[in-house]
Amino acid sequence: MELDTGTTAWVLASAAFVLFMTPGLAFFYGGMTRSKSVLNMLMMSFSAMGIVSVLWVLYGYTLAFGLDAGGHGLIGNLDLLGLKTITTASVTNGLSDFVFVAFQMMFAIITLALISGAIADRMKFGAWALFSVLWISIVYFPVAHWVFAFGAPIYDTGAAGGAGAAAGYVAGTGGWIVSKLGALDFAGGTAVHINAGAAALALVLVLGKRKGFGRDPMRPHNLPLVMIGTGILWFGWFGFNAGSALGANGLAGLAFVNTQVATAAGLLGWIITERFRDGRPTTLGAASGAVAGLVAITPACGSVTPVGAILVGLIAGIFCCIAVTFKHRGGYDDALDVVGVHLVGGLVGTLLIGLVASDTSTGSADLRGLFYGGGVDLLGKQAIAAGAVLAYSFVLTYLIALFIKVTIGLRISEDDEAAGIDTAEHAESAYEFAGLGTAGSGSLAGAPSPSAQVKVHS
Amino acid sequence: MRLVTAIIKPFKLDDVKAALEAVGVQGMTVSEVQGFGRQRGHTEVYRGAEYTVDFVPKIRVEVLVDEADAAGVVDAIVSAAHSGAIGDGKVWTVLVDEVVRVRTGERGPDAL
Repeated sequence: MELDTGTTAWVLASAAFVLFMTPGLAFFYGGMTRSKSVLNMLMMSFSAMGIVSVLWVLYGYTLAFGLDAGGHGLIGNLDLLGLKTITTASVTNGLSDFVFVAFQMMFAIITLALISGAIADRMKFGAWALFSVLWISIVYFPVAHWVFAFGAPIYDTGAAGGAGAAAGYVAGTGGWIVSKLGALDFAGGTAVHINAGAAALALVLVLGKRKGFGRDPMRPHNLPLVMIGTGILWFGWFGFNAGSALGANGLAGLAFVNTQVATAAGLLGWIITERFRDGRPTTLGAASGAVAGLVAITPACGSVTPVGAILVGLIAGIFCCIAVTFKHRGGYDDALDVVGVHLVGGLVGTLLIGLVASDTSTGSADLRGLFYGGGVDLLGKQAIAAGAVLAYSFVLTYLIALFIKVTIGLRISEDDEAAGIDTAEHAESAYEFAGLGTAGSGSLAGAPSPSAQVKVHS
Repeated sequence: MRLVTAIIKPFKLDDVKAALEAVGVQGMTVSEVQGFGRQRGHTEVYRGAEYTVDFVPKIRVEVLVDEADAAGVVDAIVSAAHSGAIGDGKVWTVLVDEVVRVRTGERGPDAL
């Protein structure tokens, strides 16, 4: 097939949008930490850009997007190791293969970076680096294959599609969720958000709580930084979702509109819930609600109407606002609420597709949710996809974390944690506070009030 | 000689400074401090977790004055810093037995 310049141009731009999300996420998370840990939080995202980009080209792309090895849809073969057979003339469905490599590379980076929010303040940087290599290889690459790898397009090979294959693709060449099960995940509700959320939960269970969790106040040290990060995420997400149409077309337009309104509704859902529960709508709530809406619409943005997208965003905003308080009773210290926002938001979006998927906007009559007369068939497929990714990610991440704990160790020492991970692990501090005795310590604004108490609303 | 120390609300600093200048005070030292009295702290809510922040920001004003001027200075601070709401602060004085001006070596009331 000929290269389509419009398609290639749009996905090329989208890849840059999606890369920009990771520094955005770093600021979103970094503002929420205490001032003594912000650099470590930024570094976890930036190191993800370093580690994942290299591994993606070496063997990640072929494990995720090589033609299926074995026909079970579990993992790609090694034909594309080091991208060895891809050239400037390689084109799939009008899109340059190199551009697709770049676009999907950015997805892998941010999925790993998402996990880092759960482990603020306390994980050795070396342990994070080792975790990054193991997790992206053992968990992300296979799951990306399950969800994103359609397989070989029929026009390329001349082979018949056959039963069980995604329309237009050769049977047995793609991942099991997308081509055998037929669940809908437009841009990564399962592979990115449920995956990262479940991994965050498993990792914090092995890692343990922050020193002083539930006793000391752990206030966000810089909410304007959180708002900047949210703005960058929101902007970049148009590349994530509308870029996933893999074409400069009407579907990209639908995904774009759905992304905008779901995010808006998520923001409103969260701050309205806060207004009634806590008394005040907060900036952190507005930022969190927007991200919850973005997460939930990610799998759904290509299969719901704009009105359906408002519903998806609103429900995600309300559910996630409630879910972030569970950690205080559940006893797991998910520091910046990766579970409450990404796992819960990912589940909300993935499962709601089964209810509100509509052919009104997309024109594919076989993709209707329960509310549009499609029965429970699609809802069942969505639940299987979500459950499979959740279970695989949780179990494998738990084992990876245990392995690191017994080999090089996961945590920094208690004294280092109290003094701040930035100076202990990076020999830097984020802020120079003018004033006697505070130069370089970076601890003045983050100093906890010794007699403060924590109370949880729900 | 007396040291007058006042803990006041931060937004009252300009009023207090003007009032002190009006009664002839020529110098003062101010610092940002934190603390609580009967007012206690305030609460903040982040993602549904409510934190009680016990120490609230205040300004400490310190003025060295002659014994005869102390009462007038205290009154000037109290009236300028008064808002009637809880948390207005406190003013107190202590006796000072020696003051030296570093530049000239002058001692006692001459150094004020």
